[in-house]
Amino acid sequence: MKTPKTISEKIISEHTGGKSVIAGEFVVANIDLAMAQDGTGPLTIQEIKKLTKGKLANPKKTIFFIDHSAPSCRKELSNAHKTIREFAKENGAVLSEVGKGVCHQLLVESYVNPGDLVIGADSHTCTSGAIGAFATGMGSTDVAVGMALGKIWLKVPETWKIEISGKLKENVYSKDLILYIIGKIGADGATYKALEFTGSTIQNMSMSERLTLTNMAVEAGAKTGIIETDSKTKNFLKKYGRANRFRHIFSDEGAKFEKVIKIDASIIEPVVSCPDTVDNVQSVRKLKGLKIDQVFIGTCTNGRIEDLRIAARILKKKKRHTNTRLIVIPASQTIYSEALKEGLIKIFVDADAVVLAPGCGPCVGVHEGILADGEICLSTQNRNFKGRMGNPNSKIYLCSPATAAISAIRGEIAIK
Amino acid sequence: MILKGKAWKFGDSISTDHITPGRYFHLRTNLPELAKHVLEDADPDFAKKFSKGDFVVAGLNFGLGSSREHAPQIIKISGLNAVLAKSFARIFFRNAINIGLLVLECDTDKIKQRDEIEINLEKGIIKNLTQKTEIVFKPLPKVMVTILKDKGLVNHIKKHNGFNLT
Repeated sequence: MKTPKTISEKIISEHTGGKSVIAGEFVVANIDLAMAQDGTGPLTIQEIKKLTKGKLANPKKTIFFIDHSAPSCRKELSNAHKTIREFAKENGAVLSEVGKGVCHQLLVESYVNPGDLVIGADSHTCTSGAIGAFATGMGSTDVAVGMALGKIWLKVPETWKIEISGKLKENVYSKDLILYIIGKIGADGATYKALEFTGSTIQNMSMSERLTLTNMAVEAGAKTGIIETDSKTKNFLKKYGRANRFRHIFSDEGAKFEKVIKIDASIIEPVVSCPDTVDNVQSVRKLKGLKIDQVFIGTCTNGRIEDLRIAARILKKKKRHTNTRLIVIPASQTIYSEALKEGLIKIFVDADAVVLAPGCGPCVGVHEGILADGEICLSTQNRNFKGRMGNPNSKIYLCSPATAAISAIRGEIAIK
Repeated sequence: MILKGKAWKFGDSISTDHITPGRYFHLRTNLPELAKHVLEDADPDFAKKFSKGDFVVAGLNFGLGSSREHAPQIIKISGLNAVLAKSFARIFFRNAINIGLLVLECDTDKIKQRDEIEINLEKGIIKNLTQKTEIVFKPLPKVMVTILKDKGLVNHIKKHNGFNLT
């Protein structure tokens, strides 16, 4: 009888030439897709040149995204973008230009399929796990090797089953759920592990909500976050023209999970992550009234159309508070276009928000909303480390789009 | 190989943003310049304090956060010998080994600021020469030892004309 396997064990086994691998093993695996972005791309390119003078194992599955500083805010970065463009052109790699959007959103919209093994020179590559891929973030050297050789070395991770049941309260979203979970596990609690999100709450979630969960798996130290595929995955792929790529990806009955964590979603309240670590999670109720200088709604965590709809519903016919700047960034061009069609962008502009081009925005601390000394930002992004938004003398709080929107109106952390 | 130098202590949860602040994003294509800001948001004067061969000594989850390999890169090109920590974040740890920066997991509470440290890699011993104590470190997986011995992943691949790890 075949040994029952977790999703991660199955996908990695399929990529090691038919070898049957289990958690804890070190393997050299074939990859389906490798990507880098404008922050990690130039170093990746430098290493590829050392390996194969630029030749790529699978150019059509080698993607460079320009999203972290897009459009470029200074000449050094413009030159980095130029390096990437020229390399992609010369070697046949795919280039995702300024304005297309954040890499992780574009990966699921256009490139990643269930069962794929994906590596990316960006820690939030784990996002693609929501569509049943084994996707993990690595450094430029690993990704360079993956791009040049089509292979990578991996340790097959142990899996933790995060079983979530119960209905989320009104005004509580998947962002609150994942922050709550990270608060429980800790920022290093799941180091090296694969987190498989399962249970009735997950089954009832939209793909957008699921992507928020897997996006943040790395904030608990995990190698990836992953979710069984179902009809929602299928419809998502269909929307983006890849219905034929659907596969049922699931953990076998009897698969070995290192740990099972049960979560009752119905008891969770709206929460925020307080400075300077993601696991510093507090109830919004406790922080009510904290004055904020800037609100940012967007990113690979919460810049999807569903997130923008939630924010727009709250901001409709309202204005941001005079003392609080509001920045809204759709995660991709497709989302931007949908938001325009639905009238959401008009609602944001009428609320006195600044709507910027799809990309990472101020989340990485390079441009588009760097904080001043002593300022506080409330953001829907995934990280609040010291200096993350470009100034070590500022503070970042993380929350859901709903909390962000209501707080932007009030000028302070608020709850509906 | 024996490594000898002073210990520079840092706390828990030193992120890649502490090591390589995002505001220097534009210096990522100029590592020697970026290295002048190594660990700046954990200790603004750090780059002025240490000498070549010294050690970064930290607490739990060193290097959490982004995948930027520039973080271990600038620690290495600054001439720091190794990072000792109670634990490391996954991507940082892997990146360090891949570029040939020594990273060791051990009980760093036994090391105080500016203690003289000596590491004997073959024998697997960290000596605290100031406190006159010995500290054991967690052995690295075989795969990582091979990569380190080959001076990083790219050199490993070039030497063996592909992977020779498993």
